[in-house]
Amino acid sequence: MPREITYREAVREAMVQAMREDDSIFLMGEDVGVYGGAFGVSRGMVEEFGEERVVDSPLSEAGFVGLCIGAALMGMRPIAEIQFSDFITHSMDQLVNQAAKLRYMFGGEGRVPVVVRTPGGAGTGAAAQHSQSLEAWFVHVPGLKVVMPSTPYDAKGLLRASLDDPNPVIFYEHKLLYNRKGDAPEEPYRVPIGEAAVSREGEDVTLVAAGLVHRYALEAAGSLADEGIEAEVVDLRTLSPMDHEAVARSVRQTGKLVVVEEDVKTAGWGAEVVARIVEGESFYDLDRAPARVAGADVPIPYNKKLEAFVRPSPEKVVEAVRSLLDARIGVYS
Amino acid sequence: MDDLKERAELLEKMLTIRAFDEKVDELYAEGALHGTAHFYVGQEAVAVGVISALREGDVITSTHRGHGHAIAFGLDVERMAAELLGKASGYCHGKGGSMHIADVGAGMLGANGIVGGSMGIACGAAWTFKRRGEERVAVCFFGDGAVQEGIFNEALNMAAIWKLPVAFMCENNQYAMSLSVKRGFSTERISDRAAGYGMPGKTVDGMELDEVHSAASEAVDLARGGGGPTLIEAVTYRYLGHSKSDANLYRTRDEISEWRARDPIGRFATQLEEEGSLQKDEWRGMEQAVKERVEEAFEKAAREPEPGPESALEDVYA
Repeated sequence: MPREITYREAVREAMVQAMREDDSIFLMGEDVGVYGGAFGVSRGMVEEFGEERVVDSPLSEAGFVGLCIGAALMGMRPIAEIQFSDFITHSMDQLVNQAAKLRYMFGGEGRVPVVVRTPGGAGTGAAAQHSQSLEAWFVHVPGLKVVMPSTPYDAKGLLRASLDDPNPVIFYEHKLLYNRKGDAPEEPYRVPIGEAAVSREGEDVTLVAAGLVHRYALEAAGSLADEGIEAEVVDLRTLSPMDHEAVARSVRQTGKLVVVEEDVKTAGWGAEVVARIVEGESFYDLDRAPARVAGADVPIPYNKKLEAFVRPSPEKVVEAVRSLLDARIGVYS
Repeated sequence: MDDLKERAELLEKMLTIRAFDEKVDELYAEGALHGTAHFYVGQEAVAVGVISALREGDVITSTHRGHGHAIAFGLDVERMAAELLGKASGYCHGKGGSMHIADVGAGMLGANGIVGGSMGIACGAAWTFKRRGEERVAVCFFGDGAVQEGIFNEALNMAAIWKLPVAFMCENNQYAMSLSVKRGFSTERISDRAAGYGMPGKTVDGMELDEVHSAASEAVDLARGGGGPTLIEAVTYRYLGHSKSDANLYRTRDEISEWRARDPIGRFATQLEEEGSLQKDEWRGMEQAVKERVEEAFEKAAREPEPGPESALEDVYA
């Protein structure tokens, strides 16, 4: 009988199991100890592993991410938790100029196996500085990997794979996913970084998503099915390296591509998905112009109605698919 | 540091650093080097004084002005020369250049092109030593400019609260590029900041090798014994410009001459003569030999092959 756990429990279980096996892994971040992390992800961990391995850091995102990078360079396997992904801005130099580049600049000497976990995304009414989806920034930095699981199963398996990886990995969680439940076996397992998954099969249109909004894509696919439209949903799971082959395979069947992303549309990672499809052979598989359902190009506003207005939603995905299928626009064949 | 031979070696290290960076300066003037480099000339007593206080297994992090730290740490001048020339045989196989020379395996955790960029890394190395119960120490070199960066505060605070085995070695060479410390700080001494973190702070004459060495030894011993970090400020001066393109518009010739009159190499050489570890003017011979070695290193490096272009795509990921 499959076991259901929450996304939060999945992330925690991956850390706990890995830390039991590997003494070089430690978790460092703000309030990750007795408090259990701002979103309760590390609750109970300091009791098991002690303050040496579950380390409450001062409010120093540049400092403790830098420390984790130095520790990684010396052979440790640090996990840094950035309390809200917005605060990752404080550690940009460390991630972009240090973690991503040390190995390359040193001519292939040294490794920086650090995992930076952070919850991104909006929908919590927390306004512009606690709601952003900035993951595309890191997709733009060679030397980093960017992972964004949407299910408890993938969260557990991808975090384990991230902890095996010899490179810096930015691991995006989502505040609205933490309480979501899903099947995940208790025994340790890995989900490979860089492999997308088809989470629903269909032949009329391809929906490509990652993270929380992957659920929106699935919900939209459910509604569309009621209208007789069969959407295939591709969960990217990893944004960098990007599994565009999986997208191309799906587009070959459907001829239509809609990307669903929570980050703002301009220069979002969805643009990269579209670009890889239209600049390759798969361009000729398309029979409609691709579309993107993304965040509006504005900061996240506080008022709930305003916030909902600028965010993607299942309804917006349904609408985008309907427009795409409307024979009056974007028809190539 | 009573051993006479050892003291002569310290002088030789300083001479090597000076010869190396004067050669680099010359090569830029000839247009034989591309990119940029930052010269350590004038600051030699700091790198040599500090690094001679370390043991096997200790590590350092360096800065954009890193040639001196690398040479003092024992890196090979020929591989350094090759790196500056962008050769495959360089420390970074031509991918790093002057600002990224590293020998991670040996404990030289890299020069760093970002001011303050390696302060977190030094704390991470120290954190690792502490976690593993190893009696090793990290020394973090940085300039007065880095003190003005935010990570200075974060790194010193973390090191202090966790009693990390790290020594913060501030080389106050009077200028953050063109901004003098008089304009960049409202206080006289950078080492005064140590009190704000609850760690010892000391200002030393950075042109005086023994004084630097003694302060560094104290800091390193304290760190190794579990006593946590120290902030040392070595008051020093860079004779040459910030980098190769500096017209020195922000300081006077007189100022430069005044500092040159206190030259750390000349002072230490005279001291060794007085102590009897060197004959009168014996150090001039050492200087000549070192210059020839540096010349040879660059000549040999110049004959090394360039890396293949496709190697630019390698080593992004492990």
